[in-house]
Amino acid sequence: MNYADLFRTTLPETALEVAALLVLIVDLGFLRKAMLKTRVAVAALLGVAGCGAALWLVLQQGTAGLSYQSTGELLLTTGGLTAVAQVGILALTALALLLLIDADFTRHVGEFVAVLLMAATGGLLIAAAQDLLVIFVGLELLSLGLYILTAFAKRSGKSAEAALKYYLFGGMSAAFLLFGFSYLYGLTGSTNLHQILLAVSGENAHQIAPLLFAAMVMIAAGLGFKVAAVPFYLWAPDTYEGAPVPAAAFIASVSKVASFALLISISTAAMHVLEVGHAAAVKPDFLVSWSLILTVLSAASMVLGNLAALAQLSVRRLLAYSAIAHAGYILLGLAFFSYSTRSAGAVLYYVLTYGLTTIGAFGVVGAVEQATGSDKMESFLGLHKRNPVLAAVLLVLFLSLAGIPPLVGFWAKFNLFAAVLGVSAGPVPFALVALAVALSAVSLYYYLQVLKRAYVMQGVDDTPIKAHPVTMAVLVGIAAAVVVLGCFPALLSGWIESFIR
Amino acid sequence: MSGFPILTALTVLPLVGAAIALCSGKHARTVALATTISSLALALFVWTEWSRLPVYGGYGFIEQHAWAPSLGIEYHLGVDGLGALMLVLSAIVTLMSVDAAHRVHHQPGLYFGLVLALEAGLFGSFTALNFFHWFLFWELSLIPAFFLIKLWGGARRGPAATQFFVYTMAGSAALLVAFLAVFVATGSMDFPHLSLLASTGELEQMITAHLGPVTLWLAIGVLAGFAVKVPMVPFHTWLPAAYAEAPSPVTMLLTGAMSKMGVYGLLRIAIPLFGAQIAQIRTPLLVLAVATVVMGAWAAVAQKDLKRTFAYMSVNHLGYCLLGIFALAVPMAAGDAGKLASQSAALNGVILQMFNHGITAAALFWFVAMLQQRTGGHRGIDDFGGLRKPAPVLAGLMGIALFSSLGLPGLNGFPGEFLIFRGVFPLAWVAATVSVLGLLVTAAVILTVIQKVFWGPVPEHCVGFPDLHHGEKLAMAPVIGLMLLVGILPQIIVASVDPTVQYLLAHWRF
Amino acid sequence: MLAWTIYLSFAGALVLALVPKERPALARWLALTVAVAGLALAVQGFVAGMGQGRVAIVDAPWVPSMGIHFLLAADGISRVLVLLTGLAAVAGVLFSWNIELRTNEFFAFFLALIGGVYGVFLSFDLFLLFVFYEIAIVPKYFLIAIWGSTRREYAAMKLALYSFVGSAMVLVGLLAAYATAGSHSTGLIALAHAGLPVSFQMWCFPLVFVGFAILAGMWPFHTWAPTGHVAAPTAASMLLAGVVMKLGAYGCLRVGMGLFPHGLDPWGFSLLGLGSWRDVFALLAVVGIVYGALVALAQTDFKFVIGYSSVSHMGFVLLGLMTLNQIGVTGAVMQMFSHGIIAGLLFAIVGRIVYDRTHTRQFAELEPMHLSKRLPFAAWAFVIAGMASMGLPGFSGFVAELQVLVGAWKVQPWWVAAAGLGIVVGVAYTWRAMQKAFFSDALPVAHVLEQEQAHPFAAITWPEVTGVTLLVGVSLAVGLYPRILLDTIEPAVKALLAGGGQ
Repeated sequence: MNYADLFRTTLPETALEVAALLVLIVDLGFLRKAMLKTRVAVAALLGVAGCGAALWLVLQQGTAGLSYQSTGELLLTTGGLTAVAQVGILALTALALLLLIDADFTRHVGEFVAVLLMAATGGLLIAAAQDLLVIFVGLELLSLGLYILTAFAKRSGKSAEAALKYYLFGGMSAAFLLFGFSYLYGLTGSTNLHQILLAVSGENAHQIAPLLFAAMVMIAAGLGFKVAAVPFYLWAPDTYEGAPVPAAAFIASVSKVASFALLISISTAAMHVLEVGHAAAVKPDFLVSWSLILTVLSAASMVLGNLAALAQLSVRRLLAYSAIAHAGYILLGLAFFSYSTRSAGAVLYYVLTYGLTTIGAFGVVGAVEQATGSDKMESFLGLHKRNPVLAAVLLVLFLSLAGIPPLVGFWAKFNLFAAVLGVSAGPVPFALVALAVALSAVSLYYYLQVLKRAYVMQGVDDTPIKAHPVTMAVLVGIAAAVVVLGCFPALLSGWIESFIR
Repeated sequence: MSGFPILTALTVLPLVGAAIALCSGKHARTVALATTISSLALALFVWTEWSRLPVYGGYGFIEQHAWAPSLGIEYHLGVDGLGALMLVLSAIVTLMSVDAAHRVHHQPGLYFGLVLALEAGLFGSFTALNFFHWFLFWELSLIPAFFLIKLWGGARRGPAATQFFVYTMAGSAALLVAFLAVFVATGSMDFPHLSLLASTGELEQMITAHLGPVTLWLAIGVLAGFAVKVPMVPFHTWLPAAYAEAPSPVTMLLTGAMSKMGVYGLLRIAIPLFGAQIAQIRTPLLVLAVATVVMGAWAAVAQKDLKRTFAYMSVNHLGYCLLGIFALAVPMAAGDAGKLASQSAALNGVILQMFNHGITAAALFWFVAMLQQRTGGHRGIDDFGGLRKPAPVLAGLMGIALFSSLGLPGLNGFPGEFLIFRGVFPLAWVAATVSVLGLLVTAAVILTVIQKVFWGPVPEHCVGFPDLHHGEKLAMAPVIGLMLLVGILPQIIVASVDPTVQYLLAHWRF
Repeated sequence: MLAWTIYLSFAGALVLALVPKERPALARWLALTVAVAGLALAVQGFVAGMGQGRVAIVDAPWVPSMGIHFLLAADGISRVLVLLTGLAAVAGVLFSWNIELRTNEFFAFFLALIGGVYGVFLSFDLFLLFVFYEIAIVPKYFLIAIWGSTRREYAAMKLALYSFVGSAMVLVGLLAAYATAGSHSTGLIALAHAGLPVSFQMWCFPLVFVGFAILAGMWPFHTWAPTGHVAAPTAASMLLAGVVMKLGAYGCLRVGMGLFPHGLDPWGFSLLGLGSWRDVFALLAVVGIVYGALVALAQTDFKFVIGYSSVSHMGFVLLGLMTLNQIGVTGAVMQMFSHGIIAGLLFAIVGRIVYDRTHTRQFAELEPMHLSKRLPFAAWAFVIAGMASMGLPGFSGFVAELQVLVGAWKVQPWWVAAAGLGIVVGVAYTWRAMQKAFFSDALPVAHVLEQEQAHPFAAITWPEVTGVTLLVGVSLAVGLYPRILLDTIEPAVKALLAGGGQ
């Protein structure tokens, strides 16, 4: 790849970086004397504009996906699944930025937005990466940004504690990841994904298998940390609880999208290698191992996430454990992956809609937290009287997370499980799908606990909860999208498919 | 088959009357009287016209429409001599009951509504020729009766009503199960059709083919259902309490008409369908019938409450019907004229006894009601004495009724019992002989009642006992007249019943 | 046109959510209008469909890539059950006329539930059916949790979770069937003809059947039902027992038996006398009939009697389904309709007419109240409803139970004996409840009049009278002239038993 190609490919990332710098300049240069509210509004809007520009640029790059003839030297790709993921990342970033309005946890607004945008850039890079080092760079860019964002609420001890835990964990898992990458390089002599996969499915596959397995476990650890899979999840509850609302929303949505997009890239490349490169009748060992690792992570995440959520009293921690559970469901889609049955589309659909719903959920929690001072379940008592619209949004979002039709969460689950069973209808995938469905039933219980407090139980305080009009508009919009996308699933899945073709 | 659906009209008329009565409050009794008089007129019409129809002895006024064919349910009505007579009986007894109930203070609208609903139930089951329709009215007559006892009855009405309900329901359940089995085996619920199948032996074959050798059990189930209603010993224990606790006008209905539903059921359903099976177990059945006769009479001796006395006497009288029915269940060789004559006599006697007992028993309870009213509720046998002096008309009329119940020739109680015995002696002389005991004991009971109530010293609370006034005399005169008429000229009834008797005997197979 | 029952209900729910809380009268009349419109449509659909087989209503591609269609159609069974839903909806609204707390939200949830139920009965695409089935769960939760009585939050959660677990089982079966059939289509007819292998059907059938049967109150998964029915407000109980339990039975029939007919085949071996899933479920149905009846006999709370009687009556439905013959399955569908009406009536009387006035459901406290004199309307309504529930001829229950018994007799006489026992016990507990609640002679009359003076009961209102008349009238009409339903049900059952729809 020559530099001209590189520049063209990274136009969206560049746009975001420019936006980040612009925000910094405007905020630090021109708005020193303005009120916090104004500064926040300007920064957020600039950030959103930046995301918009980047989004336009992504779409300009066309829908055409990877062409594998030249894959051998590619660092980054455009179009196809990458474009979908990038669009998702940018849209979700914009929404997270909009949640910043009315926030008062920090005076350093410009820095916050800038870091967030830079982290988003890292996400875009990950989604497009085809080279191990690019993956690592993107991942670090994203992660470091996230650690900083988590710590931003300087008046809150929880924020600092969360950020520290996140950082320590994150650092460790980055080390694991790099270690695994280095093995891959050592075994195959290349850092390009496609080349590596070709090499490990080749003639000397048997000799390198044990080392390869070790490498895969390391990589799984590293990536598992990013998606908060068990047993690499310990950072998640504290981070979700301690980070300021826009940061938590961002972490819960964008970083997930990016990380899963990466996993999809790896899986798709592996599938492609099988089908195009070798037309192999026998699945290479590494795929079986990879599938096994993901299955274990998936099952453990589903079970622990759902069961632990049952005991939570803080809604944010509940959302964290539910995130772990949802990560488990998504990993199932990756464990049984096939190029031809649109597994990629199903996984992306799930991640995107999950991200959307989560941002909405954090928005609601943030509004309630601001008014009542805490995110415990008790704060939600009588919400239907205090702010009926907020309560309605909460109802829609939480039911979608539980997987109740006709909301998008249900369709996402159905689509994913159908894809899994479409790949392989044997007893193991079937048992896992059954487990997932059963645990969804369990999840209804804890989501209903919150809704119960909002709608059923008597409130202690009847004063209305006011939220900023922009926040309300965003939340209502998200809720409406959840309903509409759920009733007409073909809208989003059709759009995604138009990229995959 | 064409023409005005008179049987449907007859059944619907009391229902309409019931609906009107429910809303009429104080005037409910008038409404009820009007309805019962019209139904009597209609029933008499049916009875007289029926006998002129060409189907000699068979069914007339037939109405037949599809109802739910996939379940074998058809709207099939028709009457023969037996049915027509029962219609007349029901109408007369209901009229008497309504007339006797002229002091219903508490919710008269509901009371008369229920009585009329009961009448509809009676009409319905006497005209039905399809099991569903028949069972519908059979069950539906149960509910008004239950509530009539429960809401207007005496001090221990709760348990009495409960027992009545439970026993009858249990009997109905047995009936239903048996009929379900018949339906599963044959696909039909139609009485004439099933009788036809039974008369050629096909019914048993079909049942055995579909369900195994259970025909005898089905017969027992059906018998059980009717045995509770008639009642037959040992299923009779609900009766004394129910008759005693019910208000007397209701008891008139219970004994006059409802008990006949049981006997009718035996004649219309049990014997035609399961004649051969009944013949198989004839001896135990005869034993039970005799037990009913004798037990009823003996128990009557021991009673101190007039209502209970008459209740047990009812059991006794109906026992004769049972005797007659079971006695004639003998397989008959063709051309055996003597046996046929005995069977005819028995069957004619049974039917006549049904009618006569209905009238007489109703009359007796009417008189008890009169006695109760005039003495503020007393109805013990020892509560009265020497009433022939202050109330000669009452004494006279009641005396006639009592003698009729005893079976004095010249009164309507005699022909029925005579014919039954005439028929039963050749067919089952042991049973007949033992039953004569019942006759003797009954005589003793009745004479005792007469002596204690009408002769002897007048107790204090009976001084100034008013006699029957005009209205009451007017009401009772036709009934007493009927008793005399039928007693002297039983052929007015037998003449129209006999063709049916011959027809039935010709088609029954034992 | 029938599809409008669904659309109108959901539209009505949405509009009602926006009606201000301070205008309960507006909410009520709006809800009644929507319910009556739904009933009118249901009747029109029923009449128009007479003599016709399966009629397609709407067929629009929904997610074409997966073969999922928004497919609404109605055969005889659907039309009958839609009619039942219409009647239950109208009656439910009438008997909720006196709700003052958050009236608009109540009726919004109510109509959403009704819309979901209409949807299930009219869906001929498995995915769509499942969506509507699940949609019905959430309104149930809120109806009970907010407006219910005894232990309402616990009962609501239990009911929601049991229903959800049941539907989770169905979802797994649905996914498996879809995948096994090649992931081409989720249409019911298409899947029925997809030739699913017998070994697959052998385990998928019980999964799906049990999943639906949980909602139908099959023993031993029935425990949510009595608790839920007792805790629910009157209209919700009427709907739950009357219609929602029928969703489960319908699912068992349409999906379980329609898609996996070979699941009922003999296993080839015999375990404790049971040789096929059919034997197992028939046994469970019979146990449910007898158990429900016996437990009802022992209750001290009036509403619990009715709750357990629902479990017992639903046992008849399941037994009828397991006979697999024309008359038994027809009887099952008839019983669905009949019990829907009768259960609605019973809950209306116990809940709305009695409880809302006496504020107690315990027999011990009701006995001294002499309700036959103070609430004669309730007493006589209960007598009639009780007669219908006992299965007295002349009411719809008799015909239904007759058919189920005949159908059962053709297969296995022992089932009939046990079911008959259930009927007998049914008479007993109904009669006992009637005695204790209305006709007990615990106190002399003068005392009663004193009570009435001191604490007079509210007068019977016109919605109550209308509701009772409507339900009694329907039960009588069907009881006296069963052909109005039989003519529609029988051909549909025949087609279904012949295999996988027409």
